[in-house]
Amino acid sequence: MRRSQMPSTHTLAVLVENKAGVLARVAGLFARRGFNIESLAVAPTDERFSRITIVVDAQSAPIDQIKKQLDKLINVVDIVELSTESAALREMVLVRMKVDPGKVPEIEELVEGFSGTIINATEDHLMLSLSSHPEDLDDLLSQLRPFGIEELQRTGAIAIPRIE
Amino acid sequence: MQMDGGQALLKALEFEGVEMVFGYPGGAILPVYDSVLESGIRHVLVRHEQGAGHMASGYAHATGKPGVVMVTSGPAATNIVTPLADAYLDSVPIVAITGQVPYGLIGTDAFQETDTTGITMAVTKHNYLVSDPNDIPHIVHEAFHIATHGRPGPVLIDLPKNITDAANPDSLMTWKDPGPLDLPGFQPVLDADPADVTAAVKLWTEASRPVIYAGGGILKARGAAELTALAERTNTPVVTTLMARGAMPDSHELNLGMPGMHGNYTAVMAMQEADLLIALGSRFDDRVTGRLDSFAPDAKVIHVDIDPAELGKIRMPDVAIRGDAKRVMAAMLAEFGSATLADHGGWRSTLSGWQENYPLAYESAEPGGKLKPQMVLERLRDASPKDTIVASGVGQHQMWASQYWQFDHAYTWLNSGGLGTMGYSIPAAIGAKAGMPDRTVWAIDGDGCFQMTCQELITAAVEKIPIKVALLNNSYLGMVRQWQEMFYENRYSEVDLGGPVPDYIKLSEAMGCVAIRVEDPDEVEAAIERANAINDRPVVVEFVTEPEENVYPMVPGGKSNSEVVVPPFQQKERNQ
Repeated sequence: MRRSQMPSTHTLAVLVENKAGVLARVAGLFARRGFNIESLAVAPTDERFSRITIVVDAQSAPIDQIKKQLDKLINVVDIVELSTESAALREMVLVRMKVDPGKVPEIEELVEGFSGTIINATEDHLMLSLSSHPEDLDDLLSQLRPFGIEELQRTGAIAIPRIE
Repeated sequence: MQMDGGQALLKALEFEGVEMVFGYPGGAILPVYDSVLESGIRHVLVRHEQGAGHMASGYAHATGKPGVVMVTSGPAATNIVTPLADAYLDSVPIVAITGQVPYGLIGTDAFQETDTTGITMAVTKHNYLVSDPNDIPHIVHEAFHIATHGRPGPVLIDLPKNITDAANPDSLMTWKDPGPLDLPGFQPVLDADPADVTAAVKLWTEASRPVIYAGGGILKARGAAELTALAERTNTPVVTTLMARGAMPDSHELNLGMPGMHGNYTAVMAMQEADLLIALGSRFDDRVTGRLDSFAPDAKVIHVDIDPAELGKIRMPDVAIRGDAKRVMAAMLAEFGSATLADHGGWRSTLSGWQENYPLAYESAEPGGKLKPQMVLERLRDASPKDTIVASGVGQHQMWASQYWQFDHAYTWLNSGGLGTMGYSIPAAIGAKAGMPDRTVWAIDGDGCFQMTCQELITAAVEKIPIKVALLNNSYLGMVRQWQEMFYENRYSEVDLGGPVPDYIKLSEAMGCVAIRVEDPDEVEAAIERANAINDRPVVVEFVTEPEENVYPMVPGGKSNSEVVVPPFQQKERNQ
């Protein structure tokens, strides 16, 4: 149903040494080489290493060049390019909505259809979260938008390779 | 063994085999300088931190050992940003030590605080901010390893004052020799994949118009001997880029000289008409390729580089080989075995036809006219030892030096190729002479460059590092003037340096140099001989040259290499 067209983004799982300034090195490299970051998520995997998931704009530079330049950073240990087929890709979003009270059941149904969760609600406010494939988030958000989104925060995608 | 961080730094430098440091003391690095007094390492006190950086670079290129620069925090650290960027673009191994405000004051806008690791992140291969003096031995060890392995480059270590100051308990550390390196993200690949070498050799044997495009990576790999052997084995002509001058003797019949924007006609056209380019440690710089979409249109490409990011960055190769240039050339030689190559006879006669019709040439001065800079350089070349080390600044004089010098020895040409740093030559020459005291070292400089860094001649005089400077004084920013003449309809904007001020003789003498001014062509040789005989102090020979001389050939910016412009007196022949 989706993800069939040529990818406009590439997803890189980058293992880095967990050292001071490593995120600045990665972000600085993208900035000075003119590579565009679509989203970026980072957290430690253990005491020594962190994993960064970077979604890059495929139009800004050849992915091969982006990977090679990243690999030159001393603290970058490993880079894996992940495709939709080969990787489990997840992203989370928190959404706060101001809605017409009469529309609440419709919205609840929509959120449930995506396996999202209503976190709390008042008569005319809703807070919900969804953790799913980033394109599911895109779909849900586009359907929620007409009901009145006040604020939202996406985490950026995280990904690791699927079990073969 | 217990010591403070300042003592540990000097001990760590000694552990790495450092013999010489170029630097300038100041507040945050004071404790380290206290330990300099007890160290066997020679410290050269410069007059501006930028000079220290270029000296480290010149030292590194001439000796093959990493150069070390040491300065304080804040403005001193920012003053070495230019030489770091210069070394980064030209892949020169340098380790820079900078002082920093005490760790607890970082982020408070303390006196002479700058975010040195942040500022230099984009112009170093790697950098460190040290928080614990016990880390000094292994961080220094890592820094030297990173600077000198893989594609070489500058590495910076920022040392907060609290960890070096004996008066501060934070500085107390226990010395431990650095253990095995633990750098999971830095594993340079030196040996080529044999399948790639086989594919390259196959392509090479089939080519009828091959050219070796030799770059600075060959010199970084100390692979000059392999280059000549490979060229001879394959009977393949070689172009030596600005960064590779001397990688193959200019006197060798297969060496076509420098390609690029101011390369000689044959070298430029050989690349343009080749059916195979063998790029060895070169990176398809825009000054070599000219307009990219019309560069070497018929050529297949074998590209060898130790930095995989260079492979396919600008021009997609047919065979990409990741590896150290020296080792890959040796592997190629072995792979050739007894293979026979296609006939290059037609190609070689095309090349010699070009060489005959379009040699590097200039028009001699009119009687009574000013000195031609090319003539001065030819005389200087002929009157100096064959293994003279030449450092140049950036501009017209740099191009003439590269064109008219005859480089028959590797590691004798120092210049700022990638960054194009005016003022590079005097400090770089001092660094080279400090590291190679038995060699004659000439800085070939323009008057614009000279005024940027000539204060380092005081360093040369006081530290007894007797370099020689050939100052080609045309009283213009010559290369900018040439572009304004050719592309801005003679509208000269801010290029007149206002001669006869300064008086270079008085200026040089005041800095402790012997100074000679030459205006008459008949005095050129005697002045050079006199300069070459002086070995106890620096010498400046000012040659007052023709102000509106242009550098030819020239590929105008943004144009195809096929549109190379030869000097006016050769143009008529070309149009016939």
